[in-house]
Amino acid sequence: MSSFENGWALTLIVFLPAVGAAAVLAIPKAQEEAQKWTALLFAGVSFVLSVIVAFQFDYGAADKIQFGPDSTLTWIGAINSNYAIGIDGISLPLLVLSTFMTVLSIIYSWNHWPEPHNPKVFSALILVLATGMAGTFVALDLILFFVFFEVVLLPMYFMIGIWGDRNKVTIPVLGMETEMRLYAAIKFFLFTLFGSAFMLLGFLALYFKSGLETFSMISLSGGGAERGLEGLAVWVFAALFLGFAVKVPMFPFHTWLPDAHTAAPTVGSVLLAAILLKLGTYAFVRIAIPIMPEQSQNWAPVIGILAVVGIIYASLACLAQTDMKRLIAFSSVGHMGFVMLGIATLTDIGINAAIIGMVAHGIITGLLFFLAGSMSHRYHTREMARLGGNQKLLPIMGGILGFTAMASLGLPGLAGFWGEFLSLLAAFNPLDGLSIPLFRTLMVIGAVGTVLAAGYLLWMLQKVNFGEPSDEWLEHEMHDVDGYELAAWVPLLVATLAIGVFPKIVFGATTDAVSEMVRMAFGG
Amino acid sequence: MSSLLAFAAPLLLAAEDGAPKEFSDGGVLAEWAWLIPVVPMVAAFAIVFIGKRSPWKGWGLATGSMAFVMIYGAILFISNLNKGITYEGSVAIGEIGTDPYGHTLGLEWGWMVDGLSIMMYLVVGLVGFLVFTYAKGYMEGDIRYTWFFASFALFGGGMLVLVSAPNLIQLIVGWELVGVSSYLLIGHYWEEHENSSAAIKAFLVNKVADVGLFIGAIIISLSVGSFRFTDIMAVIAEGDSQSALARFSFWAGVAIFIGAMGKSAQFPLHVWLPDAMAGPTPVSALMHAATMVTAGVYLIGRLFPFYNTEFFADDTRYIIIIIGTLTLFLTGLLALVANDIKKVLAYSTLSQLGYMVTAMGAGAYTAGLFHLFTHAFFKSLLFLGAGSVIHAVHSNNMSDMGGLRKYMPQTFWTFLIGSLALAGIVPLAGFWSKDEILASIQYAGQNYTTAQGGAELANFVLVVAILGAFVTAFYMTRAVSLTFFGEYKGHGHPHESPKIMTYPLIALAGFSVVAGWINIPGVIKWFTEALEARFLAPGDHHPEAINFGLAAIGTVAAVAGIAIGYFIWFADRETQKERDKFRIPVLYPLLEHKYYIDDFYMDGIVRPLRGPVARAVDWFNGHIIDLVINGTGWLAVRIARVTYWVDQRGVDGVFNASAAATGGTGGLVRLLQTGRIQQYVFLIVAGTVVLVAGFIIF
Repeated sequence: MSSFENGWALTLIVFLPAVGAAAVLAIPKAQEEAQKWTALLFAGVSFVLSVIVAFQFDYGAADKIQFGPDSTLTWIGAINSNYAIGIDGISLPLLVLSTFMTVLSIIYSWNHWPEPHNPKVFSALILVLATGMAGTFVALDLILFFVFFEVVLLPMYFMIGIWGDRNKVTIPVLGMETEMRLYAAIKFFLFTLFGSAFMLLGFLALYFKSGLETFSMISLSGGGAERGLEGLAVWVFAALFLGFAVKVPMFPFHTWLPDAHTAAPTVGSVLLAAILLKLGTYAFVRIAIPIMPEQSQNWAPVIGILAVVGIIYASLACLAQTDMKRLIAFSSVGHMGFVMLGIATLTDIGINAAIIGMVAHGIITGLLFFLAGSMSHRYHTREMARLGGNQKLLPIMGGILGFTAMASLGLPGLAGFWGEFLSLLAAFNPLDGLSIPLFRTLMVIGAVGTVLAAGYLLWMLQKVNFGEPSDEWLEHEMHDVDGYELAAWVPLLVATLAIGVFPKIVFGATTDAVSEMVRMAFGG
Repeated sequence: MSSLLAFAAPLLLAAEDGAPKEFSDGGVLAEWAWLIPVVPMVAAFAIVFIGKRSPWKGWGLATGSMAFVMIYGAILFISNLNKGITYEGSVAIGEIGTDPYGHTLGLEWGWMVDGLSIMMYLVVGLVGFLVFTYAKGYMEGDIRYTWFFASFALFGGGMLVLVSAPNLIQLIVGWELVGVSSYLLIGHYWEEHENSSAAIKAFLVNKVADVGLFIGAIIISLSVGSFRFTDIMAVIAEGDSQSALARFSFWAGVAIFIGAMGKSAQFPLHVWLPDAMAGPTPVSALMHAATMVTAGVYLIGRLFPFYNTEFFADDTRYIIIIIGTLTLFLTGLLALVANDIKKVLAYSTLSQLGYMVTAMGAGAYTAGLFHLFTHAFFKSLLFLGAGSVIHAVHSNNMSDMGGLRKYMPQTFWTFLIGSLALAGIVPLAGFWSKDEILASIQYAGQNYTTAQGGAELANFVLVVAILGAFVTAFYMTRAVSLTFFGEYKGHGHPHESPKIMTYPLIALAGFSVVAGWINIPGVIKWFTEALEARFLAPGDHHPEAINFGLAAIGTVAAVAGIAIGYFIWFADRETQKERDKFRIPVLYPLLEHKYYIDDFYMDGIVRPLRGPVARAVDWFNGHIIDLVINGTGWLAVRIARVTYWVDQRGVDGVFNASAAATGGTGGLVRLLQTGRIQQYVFLIVAGTVVLVAGFIIF
């Protein structure tokens, strides 16, 4: 095996952006071009490597861990934690998605710098974020996973807190007035950290109480660790659930998300929606189900119910929004509801649906946030009531918005359809032993949620795109999409269509891996 | 219940009449039929990107693609008559897993070439080509001319994806593609709020129905272990009453039918179609009359053995026939009070779709699809004729028309032919198909076992259908007389439309005359034979000879409609006072408010959801859930402040005024500004460690 396949490829993909961050910080503040090119270079190489990995990946053995180091590389010997990395068919699409979105974010940032500017630090933060995101998808050791999982918090915290929305808000309940960015950043940070603390607790319990004294995901999976926990298992799962559910976010742990999204700068929102939300759902698939199959079965009804409540709840909340970005943010909660419903069925169809749903949501909602950012960049408002007639003023951007909204509502033939439809399909026949009447009820309610989703997206389009533009824009000179925007968006549009028409792009990697994972966890 | 329709089972043994037909797989012709959906789809994309630079700014590409479909469809139709074609091709696009019975579920794109799909290729291609041709004249000078043809070609492609689908997934894809092109085209003039609202209404009503389609498709495909129609038919052919499909068939049948009710605008989901008239008239002609709205009928046709076989969904046919009958009658009445000529035609379309669905419910597969076929010609003719009139008088309202017979002779004569064909006057197309539907309902009435009221139901339906024929003739007489007779009441000088518009009218008028002649009971059976090429024979009944009694009754009803219409609308033309005489109390207001169904949907469902319910959820989000979050945050800050105070006191032993000031005025916000976040992170981590230590020790 070449050293490329022997851990080096993944290591480079993960850590090149971090190196890039250091390099960017070393460049003098005035040389902005050099900073941007350096950032693009490191992110770009990381992306290209991930594409090479995707091509070299052995799809015939997608259920096997690949590209990992041959030998055990001890990391923290005292607690038996190793530098264990690798990918299988489940993590591959998400890894590529994360490097892909990073590159596009840097391209988009080329001439879209939120106040207070400072491309140097902002690019460095994007790169640190990239390391955290990619690392989470390749980590096979719980402590390593935890570190990457937490690494993403800080750059995002600073992005929101420094480059975020400076409008004043009054915090409900506390009655305190503050800038949106500050409230949202703190809420995001503390909320997620709160969940993470429990998650870490769960990891530690798995180490000490299962009797296995290992953090290796592979050694822990298969049910042995869970049996070792005995009566504690339910609490350990609860701790993991809390950590993951906050990140997804699942109802009712979602309230950090609309605030964080609304306040974040465009690129922050894009990466938050496209990748950060996937860390939670990925953790359910990668950690919760394989390591704790029995508790997963016990908890599946709860997860399923919360998922579907989230779908309906978020859709209704969307109907009440007047701020375009906040509407898109709430819609994420609904989409992640479909993903979680797929996972809750604990079947291969459902988990496949969940993964393609994650990828599709990353691409589509990422694009929606790009669009919302570019529109508020031009109009200096996100109030939908004021944006009417955008299709007239910015025809290309309006057209892309229309296409993306259609993709977001799950139009068949585009990427969003598969995750939505197939998770409903999976809910019809959940894993043996789960309540069939319950899941079939969830299927019907979830299907009704698709109507509400169509409703809020179409009404958004009507408010934003259609009608005559209001007089206040007549004097403004409006520029339709520029080259950097197109360079960042066209790949997303192509991916939306390509996955919609040929879902094998994702299923080709995931299906075998998911089947094997489900078989390992639940037999049969 | 199933005993009631026991006649269905033996009918599975292929068609009853005639010598066994020869079948083939269609050879090269069928193998390349994937081009039929792909060519218009590619044309649509091409128009979006290079349309303005392409011949005739996109019209050439769009119309060329439809011409291709028309010619391919015609060749297939003829070779299918010669030798029945059943072919299925597919490309795998991914596997999604295994069902509990061990079937691997695979996704596929594919194309089906059989009697039913070939008939649809021909209709979509032929009517599509004529309407696209007409649209060149009608849309001349439109602000979004090229975009219009891109959307229109997308519709053509979507419709062909739908009818060529060999599996339920692709059918859903095509189904939604025609839905989205319908949305785009209804809202073509989106500067007006009303138009974009009509577009949204169409999309959402269909989306509601799609919940049914989705669930039905899920139930069927998971019961069978495959999305393919051929696999579904294989399970039905086994006829096992204990199979999973049989056990779920009632709910699957109802759910699929709900889907069909959306696209084919059946009562009470019909409300989107009249509003859809906001789109340009060629759109109304092709999509909202001839093809797209028949997708629901097509869907029932595609799954017909499922609806027509004992142990399967045959017990849902009651529901189908009742819904169809309600639709055909109630919406027909609405056509009587509309002033907008396109709305008259829209209600008429609803009513005719009701006939088709009723036929399907009565087990008359061929009759229902035959009516779909003939209706496509005369209804698109009527819409294009109405478009020609609107083009001339710049108004949709019949109160602005009148006397146009003199100014627009070609439009008038072709419109008249279309009206007579719709009214079912012998020997025009509508007569043959409507008569076959009546005969089939009568047959169903005679052959249902009477024990559970099936015969009574069928007889009742027959009476309503005949009454419906009367109403049809009545409202068309009104439309023709208000539009073409009497004095011109509009502005300006109307003139005949250009040739590019009248030639398609003449062609369609020709088809409206002859289209019925390919299926004359006992004489010519081309249409019946064409539809026989199926993977599983539909097992319906075809009348062997013309039922002269029923034909006479139907004709009398139509003639009576025309005569009474003549008495009201011609003899005493158009004085408001005279018209008011026929404004029957109770009934007229009921019709004018469209049975209050739209009002109920808006005031009872949509507005409450978008208003109070949505706001309540949003308020709950900000004030109840966040109460916990922010409350916790508030509490944490207070505790931290106390801790800090104690700490400072303890360490320094003196009251530190500055620390108190910081603590006193600080809040959540301070966390960031003073950089003290580390402290809290530390607190949380420390707390965790303590907890963990507790875990480990105890």
